[in-house]
This record gives sequence, C-alpha cells and structure tokens, in this order.
Amino acid sequence: MSTAALYNDQGAAEAAVEAGQETTPTSSSSGAAFGLFSTDFKKNEDLKEMLESNKESLKLEAMKRIVQLISKGKNASELFPAIVKNVASKNIELKKLVYVYLVRYAEEQQDLALLSISTFQRALKDPNQFIRASALRVLSSIRVPIIVPIMMLAIKEAAADLSPYVRKTSAHAIQKLHSLDPDQKEQLIEVIEKLLKDKSTLVAGSVVMAFEEVCPDRIDLIHKNYRKLCNLLVDVEEWGQVVIINMLTRYARTQFLNPNINESLLEEGSGGEKMFYGSDEDEDEDEKEKKAEAAAIAKRKPYVMDPDHRLLLRNTKPLLQSRNAAVVMAVAQLYFHLAPKAEVGVIAKALVRLLRSHSEVQFVVLQNVATMTIKRRGMFEPYLKSFYIRSTDPTQIKVLKLEVLTNLANETNISTILREFQTYIKSMDKDFVAATIQAIGRCATNIGEVRDTCLNGLVQLLSNRDELVVAESVVVIKKLLQMQPEKHSDIIKHMAKLTDNIQVPMARASILWLIGEYCEHVPRIAPDVLRKMAKSFTNEEDIVKLQIINLAAKLYLTNSKQTKLLTQYVLNLAKYDQNYDIRDRARFVRQLIVPTEKSGALSKYAKKLFLALKPAPVLESPFKDRDHFQLGSLSHLLNAKAGGYQELPEWPEAAPDPSVRNVEVKESVFTLLERVTTLTSVPEWTKCSSREKRKEKKVEKPFYSDSEGESGPTESADSESDSASTTDSASASVSEESESGLESESEEESETEEEEEDKKEKKNQKKEPKKPVQESESEQSSEEEDRKPEKRSKKLKSDSESDSVEDEGSESESSPSESEDFESEAVVTKKKKAAESKPPSKSVRKEEKKEKKEMSLLDLDDFEPTPSPQVTPVNTLLSNSLATDLEGLSLSDSILSPATIIPSGALKNYELLHRITGEGLSVEYCFSRQPFSPDANMVAVQLQFTNNSTSDTKNLHMEDVRLQSGMRVKEFPEIELLPAGEMTSAVMGIDFCDSTQAANFQLCSHTKKFFVSIQPPVGELMRPVFLTENEFKKEQGQLMGMNEITEKLTLDVKCRNEHAIVQRVTTAANLSRVPCGSDKECRFAGRTVTSSSLVLVTVATREEGAAQLMVNCEKMVIGTMLVKDILLALTQ
Amino acid sequence: MEQQLDGQKPVQKASPEMIHSLFLINHSGDIFLEKHWKSVISRSVCDYFFEAKEKAEDPENVPPVLQTPHHYLISIYRGKLFFLSVVQTEVPPLFVIEFLHRVADTFQEYFGECSESVIKDNVVIVYELLEEMLDNGFPLATESNVLKEMIRPPTILRSVVNTLTGGSNVGDTLPTGQLSIIPWRRAGVKYTNNEAYFDVIEEIDAIVDKSGTTVFAEIQGVIEACVRLSGMPDLTLSFMNPRLLDDMSFHPCVRFKRWEAERVLSFIPPDGNFRLMSYHVSSQNLVAIPVYVKQNISFLETGSCGRLEITIGPKQTMGKMVEALMATIHMPKSVLSVSLTASQGSYTYDITTKILIWDIGRLNPQKLPNLRGSLSMQTGVPKPEENPSINIDLKIQQLAISGLKVSRLDMYGEKYKPFKGVKYLTKAGKFQVRT
Repeated sequence: MSTAALYNDQGAAEAAVEAGQETTPTSSSSGAAFGLFSTDFKKNEDLKEMLESNKESLKLEAMKRIVQLISKGKNASELFPAIVKNVASKNIELKKLVYVYLVRYAEEQQDLALLSISTFQRALKDPNQFIRASALRVLSSIRVPIIVPIMMLAIKEAAADLSPYVRKTSAHAIQKLHSLDPDQKEQLIEVIEKLLKDKSTLVAGSVVMAFEEVCPDRIDLIHKNYRKLCNLLVDVEEWGQVVIINMLTRYARTQFLNPNINESLLEEGSGGEKMFYGSDEDEDEDEKEKKAEAAAIAKRKPYVMDPDHRLLLRNTKPLLQSRNAAVVMAVAQLYFHLAPKAEVGVIAKALVRLLRSHSEVQFVVLQNVATMTIKRRGMFEPYLKSFYIRSTDPTQIKVLKLEVLTNLANETNISTILREFQTYIKSMDKDFVAATIQAIGRCATNIGEVRDTCLNGLVQLLSNRDELVVAESVVVIKKLLQMQPEKHSDIIKHMAKLTDNIQVPMARASILWLIGEYCEHVPRIAPDVLRKMAKSFTNEEDIVKLQIINLAAKLYLTNSKQTKLLTQYVLNLAKYDQNYDIRDRARFVRQLIVPTEKSGALSKYAKKLFLALKPAPVLESPFKDRDHFQLGSLSHLLNAKAGGYQELPEWPEAAPDPSVRNVEVKESVFTLLERVTTLTSVPEWTKCSSREKRKEKKVEKPFYSDSEGESGPTESADSESDSASTTDSASASVSEESESGLESESEEESETEEEEEDKKEKKNQKKEPKKPVQESESEQSSEEEDRKPEKRSKKLKSDSESDSVEDEGSESESSPSESEDFESEAVVTKKKKAAESKPPSKSVRKEEKKEKKEMSLLDLDDFEPTPSPQVTPVNTLLSNSLATDLEGLSLSDSILSPATIIPSGALKNYELLHRITGEGLSVEYCFSRQPFSPDANMVAVQLQFTNNSTSDTKNLHMEDVRLQSGMRVKEFPEIELLPAGEMTSAVMGIDFCDSTQAANFQLCSHTKKFFVSIQPPVGELMRPVFLTENEFKKEQGQLMGMNEITEKLTLDVKCRNEHAIVQRVTTAANLSRVPCGSDKECRFAGRTVTSSSLVLVTVATREEGAAQLMVNCEKMVIGTMLVKDILLALTQ
Repeated sequence: MEQQLDGQKPVQKASPEMIHSLFLINHSGDIFLEKHWKSVISRSVCDYFFEAKEKAEDPENVPPVLQTPHHYLISIYRGKLFFLSVVQTEVPPLFVIEFLHRVADTFQEYFGECSESVIKDNVVIVYELLEEMLDNGFPLATESNVLKEMIRPPTILRSVVNTLTGGSNVGDTLPTGQLSIIPWRRAGVKYTNNEAYFDVIEEIDAIVDKSGTTVFAEIQGVIEACVRLSGMPDLTLSFMNPRLLDDMSFHPCVRFKRWEAERVLSFIPPDGNFRLMSYHVSSQNLVAIPVYVKQNISFLETGSCGRLEITIGPKQTMGKMVEALMATIHMPKSVLSVSLTASQGSYTYDITTKILIWDIGRLNPQKLPNLRGSLSMQTGVPKPEENPSINIDLKIQQLAISGLKVSRLDMYGEKYKPFKGVKYLTKAGKFQVRT
C-alpha cells in the first residue's frame, strides 16, 4: 500500500498544480497555480454541497463536473464519501457516473468502497439482465482484495446466468479477478472451462480472451470446443474473432501436421545450406544422405490434412472480407502459418485492400507483408503496382513499400522496379532517397543480371548535389564492388577523387576501406589518398580515423617503399588520439606490420590477416526471419518479444490423437441426423442456441445460423448458410474418404463439387419445407428403405461400396425435400462401406452403437475401417437380389481358410467421369475383386453410372478402345436407357497383361462421347490363392535372389496389431492370408491374373512398430510396385 | 496496485488487459483527456511519444507503435488529434489501431466532428461512451446503433432541455441490440417516411507519369447507405454487373454465403448511416482516366526563377461533366512565391507549407483551364532536381467510372413501401501526375 500512498501524494500535488491551469486554460504558467489554490478547494467544497443536496439535478451536475476533473487527470479522491452514497440512486445517468468514479478511486479508498458492495450484490440479483451485468462489471472493476471471495461467487453465478450478456460480462470479470488475485487461478479455470462450452456467440470471444490471459497453456480445454469455435466464428463479434483466430492458430500448430512438410523436407534435402567457411566434406555428405532419405520417406508418405485443420481454414476464409482490419490480419496470419503453400495466396488480395485504409493500418500491414514477401514472394507479385509509392505517402510508409518492392524484385520484373526506383531517387524526401539507394543495392546483389546497370546508376548518383545521396551511394557501391572488384577499378578511382568533397563520415570511411582493400587495382592513387588523409587525420571522425589506419596498414604491406613514412606518421598521430579505440588499434597494427625483434610469429602473417579475401556482404532484408514471431502480433512488429507473448509452437512431428476433439453427445433422444451433424462438426449447436434464444425472446429472428425456417427469402438465405456448411463437411468427408488413397490432391475438385451441391440444396429448400428429422439410427435406415425400395434393390445389384456416390447424386436430384436425409444417408452408406459384409448379430450391433457414439465419422476417413465386427445395415437389406450379390464374396470365402479376413469393405471407388465433365453423367468404377466369368484372365471392373442430368441418357456403350499391345478388353453390355436421376451398374473385364498401363476408351451415349481411362493399382492385378504354410515356404524358397524384395519400415501407430496389418495389406492388394505359426509374421499369397505368377508377401513385425516387408514374385516390376503400395498402406 | 508509475514494476507482471489507458493529445502536444480502464498510468508515459513526435516533424510520420521501457504506446492521428493508447502486454497492434479509429468514428458520428473543442465540450458523453466501449481493456460495444441506445447523441434541443430540467443523455430504456442476434440494429425503429438511399462512390487511384502514360490505376469503391426503415426490414441489393467486383469487404450485416452463391447483397441493415461494402474493381478492367494534364514546370539553372504552365483537359469522361476540379502541388522548399494567371478558377500559394492549390471548378471542354506564370526562387540555393508532382481532385456526378450499376433493391419482412434511391459519384482518389 505504501506505493499507493506515495502515488496519492504525488497525484494530489499534481492535481493542485493542474487545477490552476484549468481555471486559466490559456495560461500555461504554473506560477498562477498558487494564487488560485484556494479557489480550487472552494470549488470542491461546493461540489460536496451539491452532492449532498436533495436535488437529483444538482447531484448530476456535480458528478458531471467531477468526471471532467477526472478526465483531465486531476485528483477528486477526497469527494469519495460524498459520492459513494449515491451509488444506489434511481437516476441512471447519475448512477453510471458514480460507477465511473468508483472504478477509478475504489482502490485508493478501500474502506469506503466496501460501503457500496452491498448495493452491487443486490443488483446482481436484479431481474433485468442489463443491471445484473453492469453490477458485475463495476464490482469486478473495484480492485479491492478483500472482496475477492464475493467476486468469485458473483462470477460463478453469472457464468451460469440465463442471459448470454451476463455470461459475457462474467468472462470479462474472470480476467479482472485473475489480475487482482492470481491465487484464484484454479477456480477461475473451472469457470473458463464451463464458459468455453457456452454456445452463444456473444460469450465466445470474451471467454477465449479470458482463456488467453489466465491459462493459455491449457490447450486441453480447447479440444472439445474446437469444432464449435470454428463453426461459431463467423457470427462472433469482430473483436472476439481476432482473439479466437489467434488462439486457434496456436492450437492448430500443436495439433496438426505441417501441410508443407514434404516441400520443406525437399528444400532442405536438395538445397542444403551453403556453409560460410566450408565444412568437413564427409560429415556434409553423411548429412545429405540422411536428408535425402528423409525426403524420400516424406515423398512416399503423402500428407493428408486433418479434417479439423481443413475446417479451420475453411471457416476463417470468409472473414478475409471483414471490414475490420484486425480480423483480416488475423486470418491472414492464420493462413500464413497454417495453410498449405498453394492456398496461402488468397490472403494477398485482402491485405492489399487494407493498404487503402488509414496510414497506421497501412504501416502495420506493410510490416507484415514485408515479412511474408520474403518467404512467399509469388503471392504478392501480381500486386506489385499496389506498392508503388506516391509523393504524398508518409516517409515511414514509403520506406516500408520500398522494402516490399525490393523483396518482390526478380529477373522478370526488375526492369519495371528499377524504372520506378529511378523516379524515387529524385524525391525531395532525402531519407526516402537514401532508402531507395539501399534498395537498389539489394536488388543488385540479389539479381546478378542487373548488377552492372545498378552500379552504373549509382555511380551517376555520385555526382548528385545532395551529399546524403552521394554518401549513401558510396556505401552501397562499396558493398557492390566487393563482389567483383577487378572489373571496376575505374569506379574505385572515381570514388578516390570524392574524398576531397564528401564529408559524411560513413561515406568517407567506405571509400577509404575500398581503396585499402583494392589498393593493387589503384596502385598509383592509393598512396596519394593516404597522404591527403594523413594531413587531415586529426579532424576526421572516429570511423574515418580507423579506416585511415587500415588503409595505411594495407598500403604498408603492399607498397612499403612509398608509404612507410606516411604510415609511421599516421600511427604516431593515432597513438595520441583521444579515443582509446583508435590508440589501441594503432598499437595493435604497429606490432603486426612493423617487424621488430619482439614481434612474434604473427607479423609473418600480417599480410594474410589484413589482405584476406573478404566475402562480399549479404544485403539482407531486415524482415528476414521475422516470421518466427506470430505475424500480426506486437512482438512481430517490434521484432522483440513483448510481455505476455505466446510463442507460436513448431509443428509436431506426429499429429496428436485427433479423436480428442470428438464431441460426445449425451441426449439419448438425439436423432441420428443430429448426432451425425455434431460428429461431422456441423454447427449443430447453432441450431440449439437459436432455439434456446427463441425461447427466451420470441421476437428475435435467427440471422445466420438457423436452417429450419419459415418460408420467405430471408429464411432461404439463412438456411443456406447452415445447410451449405452441413453438406460441405458431409460431402467433404465423403470425397475425402473415397480418395484417401489418392492423396489429397483432389481437394479443390471436391470443393467445386460441394459448391454445386450447395446450390442445389438451396433451391431444394426453397421449394419445400423440410421433413421432421428422424428419430433414431435404425428407424432412419429402415424408413429410408421403405421409401424407396425400388432404388434399394437396384443398388443391391451393385456393390455396396459405390453406394455413397449413388446416393449423393440421386438424393440431391430426385428427392429435393430430403437434403438433411441426404447427409444421414451418406453416413449410413459410409458405415456400410466401413462394415464388413458378414451379417452381424443383434447384440453386437447394440454394442457397436454405443461405441459409435464416441467415434467421429471424420476419424473413419483417416484410416481404413477398423477390423472389429461392425454394424452394417446390410441385414436389413437382405433380399433375393442380395444373394447374387454376395455370390462373389462367398466364392472367395470358400477358398479362404477361416483365419483369413475378407477386406470387402475396403474397396475403393475411382472416378471415371466427373459429373461436370460428363455433363450430368457421372461414372465411377471399382475393382470388385470377383472373378470375371467370361474370361478368367481378366480383371473385373465394376462401373457405376449415375445420370445427374434432367434428361435421359441412351445407348451407353464403349468405343474406340486403345490399349497397349497384349491387353484386351471385354466391353460391358450396352445400357439402352438411363433415365434422369437414375443409376445403374455394369461390369467389364480388362486383361491388363500384368501391367499397370491404363486402358483408354471412349464412353459414348446417344449424344456425347467422353474419353476416359482406367488404370489399375498393382494390387488389383492379382487374385488370392490359398496356400498352406508349407507350400508357402516352399514357393518362397524358389523365389529368392532377384525375385525377392525386402524393405524395412516403421508401422503406423494405428497399425501395430496383426489385425490391422492384415486389413491394410489385403486392402492394398487382392491377396489372401496364409496361415502362419508365428504371431510375429503375416503372410499373404496371390497369383497375377494374366500370367498366374505367384505373389508372396510376408510382413514380419519387430519391437516398437519396426517391421520388415518381403515380397517374392517372379515378375520383378510387379514386385517392386507392390512393395511400394504395401509400404504406403502400412506406414500411413 | 501495479503500474502507477512508469518504471516501478517489470512488464512481465503487467495486468493482462488489452488497452490500459487512452490519452487524447492535440496538435501542439497537450494532453486534454485521459481515461484509464484500470489503475492509473501516469501521463509521463506520453513523454516517449512526444519525443518521437519531435523527431518525426510531420505528425503522419510518428510511428504508430512505440516501445517504452515498461509500456507500449499505440497511437493514431485523426482530425489533428492523437489518440494514444497504452498497452502493457502483447496485443495485435491492428486490434488497437482499429479500435481507436472506431472510437474516433463514434465521436464523429455523435458530435458531427472529431476535434478537441467538441470533445472538451462533451466530455461527459465522451467518458460515458468510452466506459461502454471498453470493459477491462476489451471492446464491449462498438456498434453505433447499440451505443446510441445507451447514450443519446447530443442535440441542441436536448442540451437546452437538459440544462433546464436536469435531464440526461443516458437512455432510459436498456438497449436490446447488444443482446440480440443482430447486434448492429436497434429494436423498435419507427419512421413515418421510410427511405433507403445508397451512394455508390468510386475513387480512381492513379499514378500518371511525365509523358501522360498511366503507370498504375485502379478503382476503389464504397457503397454508403442511409437507411431509415421501420421495423426489421430485410433488404436485397443486386447489381447488373457484379462480376466487375474483384475484392470486397462487407459490413457485418451482409450475408456472406448469399453473396458467394448469388452475388447479391442480402442484409438486415443497421439504422441510419453506415458503409455497406467497399470494393475493388478487378484490375483486368482498364481504368478510364477522366482528365489529362499537360504541364511544364521548369526551374532555371541561372537566375532565381522558374516557370509553370498547366493545362487540364477531358480524357474519358463518359459524356459527363467533370466538377470540383482541383490541382494541388507541393512545391520544393526553395520556391518563395509564385505569380501566376489562371484562365479559370483561382489559385492560392501557402508560403509556409509550400502548397499551391488551383481550384478550377467545372471543366469546360471548349475552353480548357490553364494556369501559367513564373515562380520566384530562393537565390543561392541549387535548383530542385525533381519537379513536384501534381495531385488532382475531381468529381463526376451520376457516374460510377467502373460501370457498376445497381439493378434493384427489394425489401422483405415489412409491409410498407419504402422510398428507394441510388446515387453514383466518381471522385479522384490518390490521383497523382508525376512531372
């Protein structure tokens, strides 16, 4: 408290002085203060009287005057007793002003402040949410330690308040209490945890703020709320958005993998860093090898983005359109730090837009752009001209723009940029001209082609009238000449002449250094320069003196005949200089260069020391490597860590368990739909919250986040945002799954698809009101059944794997009212996909249900279906037609021993014809792994046709088959009619000749032709055979040497048990399992389809996920490719 | 109990609010208002700012972010005033800058201008506003619609009534906007005349070089709205040619998804004036430059004089009248005085700031305005190397230079028929001619 007292005293004194000024505002002399001292007291007296009067108006008037005093920084603390009485006033304005006063002075008058507490406690119970909120605001702003328990209680109560506004206030109060008494941290974290779960957009920003202040390291609190926050973001108020985005950036850095991992590894691997002084060759090579290895591994292991990572990127992107510069910057930094390289570009446009804003905004944005341009130049190149400088820009903006322009310069645009620089050099703003000259220097060093042009331009500047310009040019020329001095001795001569005129020390020093360094290029001039310098030595600045000594020393070493005496003279002068640096230098140099009997071994090396070849300086941007600070932060701007800065963590090596973000839903009555939507992180909560709100306030209309709606254009607009995101994530996950093996390259494609989908959805919703959502999972699927039995049966003819695609198309087209069903169905089919075709028992199913609840669908995308027996709705679909469908499976079943597992659930769909390119017709195919009955040497390919257009398609058939020699194709029978919205399937056979060459052909309908091609993964070129353990060993023994390929690998974390290994191998290749005595080995066997060559695969597991993969196959090409594929399947 | 005096405690222990204090400082460097959201920070902290201000000469060159031993100072310069905020810990600088501008905007809206005298006159309202806008350093209510419900803007009538009756500026009813899902609109809006006006204002930013070639040109536009509609109207504004728009930012009321999908602006508007969107016209489109400038400025090597001749003529005006034409030239320091004749309009030359302003008015294509004459220079000073560049101001009514056109405005959700209007205006933005 002593500091407070101290402060008070000071404050009072200050107030008195300033009060004097106040009464005579025009006079700035403080002398008058003494004269008016007494009136000031009188004034306060009369304020006290007014406050104690009965008239509200007088009290109000008094309070207003007091606020005026406070606003001028004057002390009004002595009025505290008179004011605190009015805290319970009925007049709202009076009350507010009293609050303002209380917050300001309560800390200094703690005892008196306590008088007001009871009033607030009462107000906390007020039925009006606004009064409750403001009472909490003031109560928590009174920084009196005694009331900590009361505050704690109030915060806890307010956090559970029905009104989101009060809850928001409580989030603010958390920070206040924490700074008042950090010991309350644990209890406060509990409140934060609770508030983080809050579904109101009003609360989100404030509570994340509190989180950042109180416990930024408790990242675990975010997991469960991550998806909610992402989805909520668009609707949060601007300031909250900034805080949330910054926090999520940090979160994502701890939870997801670097999307640019492959590139960065490659860069490191190939480029390497050039060592300055060179290094041990051997070591270097070792390292390179390692790096190459790492790069190779990275190459083999395609990066797949976590869907939650994608969710964050997708949901923040629209905020680039915010009017609030801070929000735009926050999103920009998020993209810079988290997005794949290819996607970062979107932020450039938004950042360039901010350059139109206030100059302070420009200043900050340019700083960040400057940092970004170093790492990602290409991003801003199209906007080069937006960084052109106007003569009216403030200098600090000019310099920053110059920085950006310099960073953007490359071979193609350098001439434009240099022409632009040419204009800048003539500017009247000399600081800016100096900066431009440096920028030219940097361009010249970075881009070899223009070095001479730049140098010539700079030499011309040497005759400039402005000395600053000349000086700056000299300094830059010096740096440039260092790169290739032999070519430019005439420039050096020219500069030597300048010593007569230039007075700027830095420039003089630079010239002298240059002459000394390259004295052999100017042997006649150098001694003369030294002579002149010796003359003026005593009048030079320190840096110049030091360079004179250097010049003397260097000349002495190269040309002692002419310069011996001069050097002696200079050294003698320096010996008695005032500056000890110079004295020391002189002493040191003398010992080195002048050989005496005492001078040791070093003088022999004097020449080497002084005339060593010096590396040319690297002219670097001051913004280099600034991006280790989170962009947009204060620390980045200052290039120094600010208090409270949270480091941006490095990407993790391996992603932590993504399932921590899965949200468990407790309500048992929740419909499948709702569960699915939560699981797929669709803004389910928004619906809930808006429903809640509706209960509270009937008048309110949902704005952004409600999909069920009355009719009318407003609602259609509303619903679209929601449903769009719903389908977004649903279809995204679908597409991601179908392509899980194909890397994530088709991201964009699927996105456009989604858009299309969205549009359709919208139209649909406008047309018809939605049906009520279904009750439960099983009912859902059975109802689904009832509704379209004909479709089902058709579907059943085909393989169940391709269902999701079918549904996607048919659903959105033919039954427009079921947009929501569509999602759920997609999920159902997905489950089907995931499931095995064995009909499960009822009890298993129930168990499964429970399990399912906790498992996110998104997780299913990540890995192949889990091997445990899973639910499948297949049994409900059992019909006659199924029997035929299952034939193939049972066939293979029979040839497999009981120990084998059929990976039927894992067949992948490939796209043959996209809906867009097919003008409504989409075709997918999969390798059904069933024997192709017409020709056993062919691989069966199942095609799935979907007509998404509004007109019928007729006469679907194949034409113009183009194949590599030896390959054959058995065409599928012509499909005469495919009605609009329907789908059908057909089987064709291809003899790939045991190669992975593509089969190209034309797919023709009655009106159109499309070129398509089918390329098989190597694993599909074989069929399973059954071998006993002994047979296997025998065969393996015959396929040694060239026919055997072994590879070491580290198994994926999720793939360390036998089950998973079998699952993954059989997914990757059409092989069957061979029984094996050891549980450390899994064996598989198959024969290639065309030549019936044996393919044997062995996976032997070791400790800690290490494993060895061995493939024996006569066909070496097949073997090598298979090794690659299986390796991928096991390590991913 | 922390941080009363700069320099007593290390920053690490700073209390974690975003914006700690605000100082308003006038042009000559007097602090005329201070507000602290927590404990008081001595105004001596501003000394670091004054130091930087001294150094910068031009107020525009004061770095917006300054580091002092224990605080960070983030400031903006608006209307000849500095808004200086003190922060103690890491906070995104733009967050603070944007907030300070929002404060200045609010003052502007409440008092009609944002100047020292007006703020001093309304200091109580200012204080009340600041109290509501920030809670513990974190922005609370920044939407002017919400603020206006809580604190009424002053009007002459009300201030007279208030002084007579002791009435107040603080609203009697509690605001609802803050709590609703549409925080930008106040509830219970009622007008007898329902009207909605939209101004499409485009600015041409251009750099034209000596020879008249356009180095760089782009069009930036804003749509300013003035909506006075009762109830909860839901508006849809659509364009004839929305594809022109390249990059835009929206008021939070605009439904982004709808724009993405259909390229229409769908929104429930705030009440009163607001900026609906700002946009950038895609750079593929050639920008029409409405005027050309023929100039010849020369400083003679010998003797202390120079010559100036400027002629401005119409270039691509789309058949519209160019109005409010004005040319501004920042002369080199050595130009002491000018003696010129203008064929149209009038010119002024400020000797202290060295700014020559030629106010031309309407551009007459038949008789091109011309300004010529001599400049008298300081003797003994070398002639300026660079000719000053000319900044052009102009206005073209009823034209959006990009060709953007509003096709229709529809209202849903309310029964009455509103009066609707759209105005177009083209202005020169940062239009600079290098000489």
